[in-house]
Amino acid sequence: MIIDLTKFLNQEKDSWKRLETTLDTMERQPDRRMTLPELIEFHELYQRTSADLMKIATSSSDPGLRAYLENLVARAYGEIHETRGRSGRMRPIHWFTQTFPRTFRAHLGAFWISLALTIAGVVFGAAALRFDPEAKDVIVPFQGLRESPSERVHREESAANDRLAGQKSTFAAELMTHNAQVALFTMALGLTWGIGTAASLFYNGVILGAVGIDYIQAGQIRFLMGWLLPHGAVEIPAILLAGQAGFLLAGALIGWGSRETRRQRLRQISPALVTLCGGAGVLLIWAGCVEAFLSQYHEPVVPYALKIAFGVTELSALSLFLARSGSNAAD
Amino acid sequence: MPRTSSNLLVLRTPEGITFSLLLASPVSRCLAWTIDEACIFGAWGLTRQVVSAGGWLSPGLIQAVLVVGYFVISIGYGMACEWYWRGQTVGKRVMRLRVMDEQGLHLQLNQVVIRNLLRVIDILPGFYMVGGVMCLVTRKSQRLGDIAAGTVVVRQPRLIRPDIGQLLGAKYNSLLAYRHLGARLKQRVPARVANVALDAILRRDQFDPGARLEVFADLAAQFKSVVVFPEEAIEQLSDEQYVRNVVEILYGSVNGRT
Repeated sequence: MIIDLTKFLNQEKDSWKRLETTLDTMERQPDRRMTLPELIEFHELYQRTSADLMKIATSSSDPGLRAYLENLVARAYGEIHETRGRSGRMRPIHWFTQTFPRTFRAHLGAFWISLALTIAGVVFGAAALRFDPEAKDVIVPFQGLRESPSERVHREESAANDRLAGQKSTFAAELMTHNAQVALFTMALGLTWGIGTAASLFYNGVILGAVGIDYIQAGQIRFLMGWLLPHGAVEIPAILLAGQAGFLLAGALIGWGSRETRRQRLRQISPALVTLCGGAGVLLIWAGCVEAFLSQYHEPVVPYALKIAFGVTELSALSLFLARSGSNAAD
Repeated sequence: MPRTSSNLLVLRTPEGITFSLLLASPVSRCLAWTIDEACIFGAWGLTRQVVSAGGWLSPGLIQAVLVVGYFVISIGYGMACEWYWRGQTVGKRVMRLRVMDEQGLHLQLNQVVIRNLLRVIDILPGFYMVGGVMCLVTRKSQRLGDIAAGTVVVRQPRLIRPDIGQLLGAKYNSLLAYRHLGARLKQRVPARVANVALDAILRRDQFDPGARLEVFADLAAQFKSVVVFPEEAIEQLSDEQYVRNVVEILYGSVNGRT
């Protein structure tokens, strides 16, 4: 069929222009709510332009006209057929206190896997150092942790000057960014069907176990608890949350026993993935501050009992928060 | 239901309408990324200047702000730009690229965040090696972040409102005087031949001069074999102008310009 192109253009160009203007307005003002007559008109314009595109597809191969109409139809299609909720006003407090703990509880299985792998790593690291003390240099990557625990405790407790004086903020910032990068990698490695996430969590556990057994064997349990608990009570759960997000991603990629397509599965978990990463990020900011401003101070400056009590309180509060917060509220 | 055809992502709406999106090539994406890296570097330099100018801050705090600032800018730049500009960063705007939902729907904040967070894997082991290879081997030119977020990067050609009527009706058309022959032409010329002629006119500037002469000579011969216009109507008409006159008849009213 050959259509009368000039007549066709003259007849339809006004409605195309009207649709283009409507789409421009919608894109400029995404929060604006259309009235019912405006919605009806928008839908009519979409249908009319779609029909025009069909006509053009069968009667004329003018690439410019076709591209123009395809662009209009594609933009309108995105507006009309989107059924997912629009991201409205940001509510950070509601998100953190309600959405985040609820998301954590909704995907608890992935968290238990994270925890189990970390514990397995701790056991392995502790056993490796218990039976082969020479392995310390291989397992523990940080130079500062390789010195003898007793020597370190003596040095820290007898220090006359604050070695972090004037650098606490910088140290906190470095800790935050480093831990955030570790958490980010742990989550992102879920793309390797979870193998990378599992390896990352296990390795973190190995380091933790090796350092722990090193201090325990040296009889420095109080120092170890006072040093690690204040920030570790939040930092380690944050890494576990990142691992939970990584396994969620891996689960969606693998899709065991699911009848849905990979795209559908990924679409379903994407809000949870972002929420868990965001929640872990907030916790790491807190952990970074605590590590820089409290964890590095030991007796006689700060009593170990106080630091341990602080850490236990943090861990209890975090556990309670994740277990209970938002459980009664309607989203 | 999306499907791909070479570098096109073809989408079919529930109403049965098919439209296509032009997928961005890895090269254009790489250029956009280079521009974005320059922007991040510039924003970081600006932040450093502003923060360093704050003499009332302690040196430790300045350093802390710089450490966190770089991390936030490098991670947040893509997220902020793509969310605010609906799928575009500065680099993508320059290269006329846009991130879109792979089903043609609205780009969601979750998708923007995920594709930017997973960049840490795509850039491994350096210079976007993983992401680049994935773009080359996946049907929709998606890096890992795009696959997880359900997004594609499309090219947005410059769109011009169609004005074919002006193009076709620019000169006096001697063939319009013979309405019965015009009607016969419309009756006998197949739609696909008419489309080829229209395409040839619209794309005339893309042909080499020699090829252009050849194409219009072939088309003119084809039309002349279908309907013979009197000699005085086609006297001194070049093949190209003859084809233009025929196309104006085919795509316009039989009675002349509308």
